[in-house]
Amino acid sequence: MRSKTFPMGGIHPDKFKITTGLPIVDAGLPEIVYIPVKQHIGSPAKILVKKGDRVKVGTLLADADGIVSADVHSSVSGEVIKVEAIEGEFGYLEDMITIKVEGDEFEPSIDMSPDIVTDIPYTPEEIIAKIRQAGIVGMGGAGYPTPVKTAVPENKKIDYLILNGIECEPYLTADDRLMVEKAEQIIIGAKIINKILGIQNAVIAIDENKPHAIETLGTLSKKYVGVNIQVCKTKYPQGAERQLIKTITGREVPSGRLPMHVGCIVQNVGTVYAIYEAVMKNKPLYERIVTVSGDKCLQPANFRVRVGTPASYLIEKCGGISEDVAQVIFGGPMMGTSAVNINAPITKLTSGILLLSHYLSHKDEEQCCIRCGKCVEVCPVGLRPFQIAQYARENMFDEVKKLNVLDCIECGSCAYTCPGRIPLLDYCKLSKYEVKKQK
Amino acid sequence: MDTILINILILGLIAFFAALMLYFVSKKFAVTENPQIGEVEEVLPQANCGACGYAGCHDFATACASSSEPEFAKLYCPVGGAAVMEKVAAIKGYQKVEKEPTIAVLRCNGTCTNAPNKVDYEGVKICRIANRIATSRSGCPTGCLRLGDCVKVCKFDALHIDETTGLPKVDEEKCTSCGACVNICPRNLFEIRRKGVDNNRVYVACRNTQKGALAKKNCTVACIGCMKCSKINDSIKVENNLSYIPDSISAAEYGEALVKACPTGAIICTKCPTADEVTTNEK
Repeated sequence: MRSKTFPMGGIHPDKFKITTGLPIVDAGLPEIVYIPVKQHIGSPAKILVKKGDRVKVGTLLADADGIVSADVHSSVSGEVIKVEAIEGEFGYLEDMITIKVEGDEFEPSIDMSPDIVTDIPYTPEEIIAKIRQAGIVGMGGAGYPTPVKTAVPENKKIDYLILNGIECEPYLTADDRLMVEKAEQIIIGAKIINKILGIQNAVIAIDENKPHAIETLGTLSKKYVGVNIQVCKTKYPQGAERQLIKTITGREVPSGRLPMHVGCIVQNVGTVYAIYEAVMKNKPLYERIVTVSGDKCLQPANFRVRVGTPASYLIEKCGGISEDVAQVIFGGPMMGTSAVNINAPITKLTSGILLLSHYLSHKDEEQCCIRCGKCVEVCPVGLRPFQIAQYARENMFDEVKKLNVLDCIECGSCAYTCPGRIPLLDYCKLSKYEVKKQK
Repeated sequence: MDTILINILILGLIAFFAALMLYFVSKKFAVTENPQIGEVEEVLPQANCGACGYAGCHDFATACASSSEPEFAKLYCPVGGAAVMEKVAAIKGYQKVEKEPTIAVLRCNGTCTNAPNKVDYEGVKICRIANRIATSRSGCPTGCLRLGDCVKVCKFDALHIDETTGLPKVDEEKCTSCGACVNICPRNLFEIRRKGVDNNRVYVACRNTQKGALAKKNCTVACIGCMKCSKINDSIKVENNLSYIPDSISAAEYGEALVKACPTGAIICTKCPTADEVTTNEK
């Protein structure tokens, strides 16, 4: 099979997929978990519990407030000891529910048996209701509530379901391992979404550097009608939604529109697995796979982690933090955020914790733009980052708006490739923020 | 020789007709502008800073020239101050407007010693970007980021980063209270306040709304919302663990008492006699 890729831009950073052969291990239970009530795009969920309440794994802690919002469930059993704002990963205060862990008791509705259920006896409405009750959000990093994404309006016709198993960020292997170990569940999950959309096919996109996942899913998918594997070239940002649609279908999502507009739905494989668990096993989204890695991580690993576990607990499990660690990153090295507070919890969106050395994290002094045009060459959207930066520096945001900065997907390819070390991504982010504010 | 003459003649004729056309067009479509606009514009500082609320000095001059007397009383150029407004009033033949001089005040005292750095920041040296990445290096979510967006935006050279404190310092002589720093600061730390008699001002140099213990963890001079200042004067209100001293409080009358009452030293009085240790902090 020929591997595909998107036509415009893209970079080839070093992969560093050191954890790719390591099986997923259970991270165990920390003493205390902090569960943020906002782990998704949209309005924060309404808190239902108070100090002193006893909760079990899967108990509803906070209820979705509005259409674009998601439920938050308890990931451990124990006592709620605090319901107040606590420092998050950026140091800003966020509303969190602090739970002291006591034992490991599950809500009786959760089916804990290891059997794989293949029959889907539910109607599309029931499935969407189940997904909503489980509080599932897009686990690729954006955190867009899944029920909103899958509930397609009547006038739109969807003919493509794409499962995103690309994981083009260096270091991260969470989706890779999930595809190897939970392949069948992912395919059944795809069938569940098929049922909602009323279509029969699904494409699983995997990039070339995951041979195990391609093999496992490739053999399994022969058993299921309509499920196909599409191998993509290893290139960053192959896993970005719009770029992936362009790769698989050749369709371009118009500026400011959703993928729905061109008849596509893209779901991360992690999300699809969570959908399977929610629909077939009644299991709310309370745990996820997290890669702990980095060039200064002593024992890199892939963990199954309860949501709300402090990052410092995982770092301890991987050999602790040494003197050489200059930066701790939540997420991938390209799009992730540098953490101020390592006691901040893992959320539904945290795909990795990276411990990086000074060599990898240090930024050199910004130099002048030499007009080499590399940033224009690598931009997968076709923007002109050097010009955006120039105008942003002079606060000329009307001009920046004309350069279509709102289409920027914040992939960071421009800043990565710039020989002058100009923080182009930061300027793009600033411009996007200021342009949105002007509206 | 003939060729030259013909050329001169033809070009001369074209020029003559074009001039004629221009003359008639300028008569027919002439825009009559109030002559006072030009006069007013001449006396304005021409900084085009927008502090008056208009798009630039020309806009402000137009507004002045076409204003009636009560309307004129509302217009004020904070940059030019009383001297310029007196000249403008003379052109219009109106009574001049008296307004107290104002100044920009930094409501944060998180210096390098009061709020020591806990993390390094290697990103872009622009506050608005740093603010979106994380809290300040000290950990205070509302404190000064010390990267100097306000210094770059100031058109009057009135703001400079003080090297010992790391905070921007307002030059009392040069500040025209145009408000550019107020608008640019992502944490809204600047406030335009009355300059005060003999430059004596009293204000709370903190905007932290966290609970006392949390605020004190990151900065020794944070306002902890203890309510002690509100007992001195009723108009001082404490909301969200943060005290605010209204502009109407006289520094000469209450300044000393307020500085003494504040347990953390969050209240700054610029010229109070006994506030030596506080003013050294500010420096």
